[in-house]
Amino acid sequence: MVTAEKDIEEILGKYPNASRDALIPVLQAVQEARGYLSREVVLRIGRHLKLPASKIYGVATFYNQFRFQAPGRNHVQVCRGTACHVKGSAAVLESVKRVLKVNPGETTKDGEFSLEVVACIGACGLAPVICVNGEFHASVTPQKIQDILDSYRGKAR
Amino acid sequence: MFEIEVNNRKIEARKGEMLLGALRRNGIHVPTLCHMENLFPTGACRLCVVEVNGQRNLVPSCAFPVYEGMTVQTHSPRVVRARKTIVELLLADHPDDCLYCVRNGNCELQKLAEQLGVRERRYTGAKSAYKLDISSPSITRDPAKCILCGRCVRVCEEVQTVSAIDFIGRGSKATVSTAFEEGLNVSSCVNCGQCVVVCPTGALREQSHVKEVLGVLNNPSKFVVVQHAPSISVSLAEEFGLKAGTDVVGKMTTALRRLGFQRVFDTSFSADLTILEEGSELVQRLTTGGKLPMLTSCSPGWIKFVETFYPDLVENLSTCKSPQQMMGAIIKSYYAQRQGIDPKSIYSVSIMPCTAKKFEAQRPEMGSDGTPDIDAVLTTRELARIIRMRGLDLAALEPQGADTPFGERSTAGKLFGATGGVLEAAIRTAHWLVTGAEMENLKVQAVRGLEGRKEARVKIGELELGVAAVNGLGNARKLLEELRAGRSDLHFIEVMTCPGGCIAGGGQPFNGDAEAVRARMQALYKIDRDEEQRVSHRNESVQRLYKEFLGKPLGEKSHHLLHTHYAPREVVM
Repeated sequence: MVTAEKDIEEILGKYPNASRDALIPVLQAVQEARGYLSREVVLRIGRHLKLPASKIYGVATFYNQFRFQAPGRNHVQVCRGTACHVKGSAAVLESVKRVLKVNPGETTKDGEFSLEVVACIGACGLAPVICVNGEFHASVTPQKIQDILDSYRGKAR
Repeated sequence: MFEIEVNNRKIEARKGEMLLGALRRNGIHVPTLCHMENLFPTGACRLCVVEVNGQRNLVPSCAFPVYEGMTVQTHSPRVVRARKTIVELLLADHPDDCLYCVRNGNCELQKLAEQLGVRERRYTGAKSAYKLDISSPSITRDPAKCILCGRCVRVCEEVQTVSAIDFIGRGSKATVSTAFEEGLNVSSCVNCGQCVVVCPTGALREQSHVKEVLGVLNNPSKFVVVQHAPSISVSLAEEFGLKAGTDVVGKMTTALRRLGFQRVFDTSFSADLTILEEGSELVQRLTTGGKLPMLTSCSPGWIKFVETFYPDLVENLSTCKSPQQMMGAIIKSYYAQRQGIDPKSIYSVSIMPCTAKKFEAQRPEMGSDGTPDIDAVLTTRELARIIRMRGLDLAALEPQGADTPFGERSTAGKLFGATGGVLEAAIRTAHWLVTGAEMENLKVQAVRGLEGRKEARVKIGELELGVAAVNGLGNARKLLEELRAGRSDLHFIEVMTCPGGCIAGGGQPFNGDAEAVRARMQALYKIDRDEEQRVSHRNESVQRLYKEFLGKPLGEKSHHLLHTHYAPREVVM
């Protein structure tokens, strides 16, 4: 039996007799509440909307905004928009991946950091830019990544 | 009907149809990859593009309706260039291992590259890396070879309503995969293999048992027996270029002996046995108030479908094992005893039109004392591969008969290969069980043919039974929903997982179109028409089996060897 907690039932309760057109709003609401889409929650949504899990997972992976792992205590966003790209964000992302040993969409084993790639944060003047827990770091270089991330380690959000 | 102009020639088109249909009917071949007969066009692969007057861009003929006065170019330089580019782009992210690929020689992508004259690599780039999924006992997924045509996704969702797989991710990272990209074994996949049959490349294939079987055939300490399912002898021919619907049972038997199988048995024998057990079970349920309607249990994909999606109806499933498993069970008990062979030294192979049979054979319920009833399952295609490997010319072989005692069969058992066949065979024997007399006309026309659902009211003595035969799990689902909603006029329902039944199973030859499937079905009907022994209960070897060993249908031995139970199953769905 798939169990989901009260918060999820509350969200689903707002979509009685819903079908597949409610899928994306439901996924967004659930991610808003939980920070990510767990396996159990995806299965619960499937039962509610009468959709197979493969379909929900397919839709959710189509969009960049959905995560399937719980976010870390510190959430790192690396901008890969055009301006940041021109200013070398590819190397920045590589550096973050190397330091954290995770891929975008994943969370480090100790739960300290999660990594997300975003298309544009809207701070092109600061390119290349990364954003940790909502704090922007401007003109970063691959060499600066270790220090920036270390400054968050052990610090609650 | 009106005329349209194609390649400066007039052809007839029907109002409302898509251009591709008109072209094909008139013998104009336009290649496709995503197109599927009887399903709504997606226009995804763009290989069927043509030039239509007044259209600035090339249009996909599969999704473009005909209209009066249209003029079409199907093979102009512009069109051909576009098609070639598409194939070249597909090849740019495709492994170059054709020589090692299971689909070498019958791959649609390979054929297209050849037809379009692709002779150099114009596009190069990084190849995507994927993991092979070998978790399923029936089907291997190799996403590296997938060209994202979507045929597997559609057959799984729209025909079978299983939806174990879907498109995952986006753009260059898109793949066909399961929910959470887990193994197929923990998904809702029922192992039917319809995805394998529609796959144009080697991305989906059966979990092969060829190596194991070749291994034991060369092992003198093993006594290797083989059984072949009713539909094999009428479909194997196509693998060797013979006309669809040619019955090669004798030649196939010879080939199996040449391959080294020590005994060749016919699963149609155990189909007859199934009918006696299942017919008796039906009569018992009718007379003692058992769960009705009774659902057949020969098709393992269907069994898993019920266990997964309709756990509330598991009790309605017949407790009979499938003919494959019954044969396996009696070979390792009765036959071993009779021949004085240690059951552990018997290696039991079955040739099946089916990938789900591989799954069924390894179900823990399907054996006794840790010894499986069946050791390996080969699909029709795998058998053809082994025959070719051994250099046997099937067409030239002298036909031989099957071995006793499990080579004898009625034509009723043979009918199991087509949708409605189990039902027809069961009606014949149920009539005899209930009234003690044979039916006047054994042919039950109402349950024949390839329609998705066939229903009939059958009079057996005083009884009037509501019966139905459905094929394809989508059709089964509709009927099950009616049952859940309270429909109660049916007593016996035959369900075949694959559309058309075993003749169109997931292990059958590739490129078997609707015509080929029809021809295979007609071949089975012809056997039933031409032969004398047409009812399962007159199979003398079955009678002897009861006399010497089993006792009576539903007896204690039968219960132990030929029946099992099914249980609800939790998977990702």
